[in-house]
Amino acid sequence: MKKGTRLALVLGAIPFLTLVFALPFVNRIEPIVLGLPFVLFWILLWVVLTPAVLFAAYRIEKKHNPPDDEDKR
Amino acid sequence: MNAALLIILGTIAGSALVGIYAGLRVKMDLENWTVGGRRFGSLIIWLLMAGEIYTTFTFLGASGWAYSKGAPTYYIIIYGTLAYTLSFFILPEIWKLGKRHGLHTQPDFFIRIYGSRFLGVLVAVVGILSIIPYLQLQLAGLGMIVEVSSNGAIPSRLAIILSFVLTCIFVYTSGIRGSAWVSVIKDVMMIVAIGVVGLGVPRIYFGGIGKMFRALIAQKPDHLVFPGAAPTMDTLWVMSTVLLTGMGFYMWPHVFGSAFSAKSDKIIKRNAIIMPFYQIPILLVFMVGFSAFLALPGLKNGDLAFLELVHKTYPSWFLGFIGAAGAVTAMVPASILVLFASTLLAKNVYQAGFNPSASEAAVMRLSRAMVFVITATALIFALFLPNALVNLLLIGYDGVSQFFPGVVLGLFWKRVSRRGVICGLLTGLAIVVALVFGRHDPFLGMNAGFVALVVNGTVAVGISLLVRPGRPQGTVHVD
Repeated sequence: MKKGTRLALVLGAIPFLTLVFALPFVNRIEPIVLGLPFVLFWILLWVVLTPAVLFAAYRIEKKHNPPDDEDKR
Repeated sequence: MNAALLIILGTIAGSALVGIYAGLRVKMDLENWTVGGRRFGSLIIWLLMAGEIYTTFTFLGASGWAYSKGAPTYYIIIYGTLAYTLSFFILPEIWKLGKRHGLHTQPDFFIRIYGSRFLGVLVAVVGILSIIPYLQLQLAGLGMIVEVSSNGAIPSRLAIILSFVLTCIFVYTSGIRGSAWVSVIKDVMMIVAIGVVGLGVPRIYFGGIGKMFRALIAQKPDHLVFPGAAPTMDTLWVMSTVLLTGMGFYMWPHVFGSAFSAKSDKIIKRNAIIMPFYQIPILLVFMVGFSAFLALPGLKNGDLAFLELVHKTYPSWFLGFIGAAGAVTAMVPASILVLFASTLLAKNVYQAGFNPSASEAAVMRLSRAMVFVITATALIFALFLPNALVNLLLIGYDGVSQFFPGVVLGLFWKRVSRRGVICGLLTGLAIVVALVFGRHDPFLGMNAGFVALVVNGTVAVGISLLVRPGRPQGTVHVD
């Protein structure tokens, strides 16, 4: 596997860790953040941060992976 | 009242005209009709994909679940985000293969990778059986939303027939271009509707979102953490469900297929990055459901929470606007569902299964004819047998999700074998049927579809490792 792809996959695991496997630990109302119960705040936080994570993955792939043949078109 | 009627009918008719106009100057062949000639840029792909995610039942269902089940409704914003994350890695590879081999549909993809027409027909049949009840659900949702929001002036049946005949016509003339253009109207109206109601209702009744939550926490704090008011939907259920639906989302034949319409793999990749932002409006839909929980307790049908609260709060012309937005919100996904179900039937069941020598022009003609057959079938079920397909609907998502191992292994694992994938898929489908119809969903606290998916993937990998390495001739590797 190309280095860029490997690093990008590590980043791609972040939403799964935070939005799936962390759920049992954040299933609480307190502390209330921005007026939201904590579990809903936590979910919203990672929904909003996921584009940043994916953008980082995109930049890393671009930096490390040589362009494919198809990109020459 | 007349204003509401005018807004609803005007929007339905106007959307259909835009849809028809979208295809007027394009010479229609199968390539243009199903995948828009693979020429869609960033904006239109974004609108189209968003058009598929936001269905009538996102409005009604997300608020309805917030109202009647509470916290389990959060799963909706989670699974979308997971689906986009996966699509970042998977969809560009699917697109590249589609471009290289001129693929139009999901079964085309399976046939190309595994060299098995049987697998292609199987995938097509499961896809169609999952699409029809989903389509019927859109029709029923449209009927309900228009009837309630016009205060009964447009009866549900009339609304369903009118809007779906029009949808059928623009699918026939314009194919996916029609859906893409109409989704512009739909997205704008829906964002306005959700924004106004989602921000307005908590402010009007409680003085703001924070105060609304404070009132809810004071009254019933358990409603806001898993499992809310649904004892079978505890944290483990949410985890397994978001994994299943996150993996399953792009396995819907119409969502998978519309990826082919992008101009390049880069567009799809960039689209995956920004898609999670589109989840934020759903948060506002939750707010409406939670507000209704406090302001309108005791509704029999939670799915009506959104409409009832708007009815109570806003003037009737605005309710008409909501009804119009709801109607286009059903028409766009329905048009894409009809389009792909028709293509699957013509290309992947008829041509691949019975008549491999059929020309592309013949497949195109048949696909277009199938638009009427599929629409009529869904109409008949929606109007006369509303409960006949309930069981199919229950397993639709679970069913299409079972394609996931075949897609991912086929793209990224050279050792995968056709036999492994077929056995995995059949095992997964059998488990779904047994658990869901045997009333064992959730199973051990987990979503039954997820249990089936795990077994499916294990079988596919296990058999692939056992049988001779190497793929059958005629198949392709992706890297």
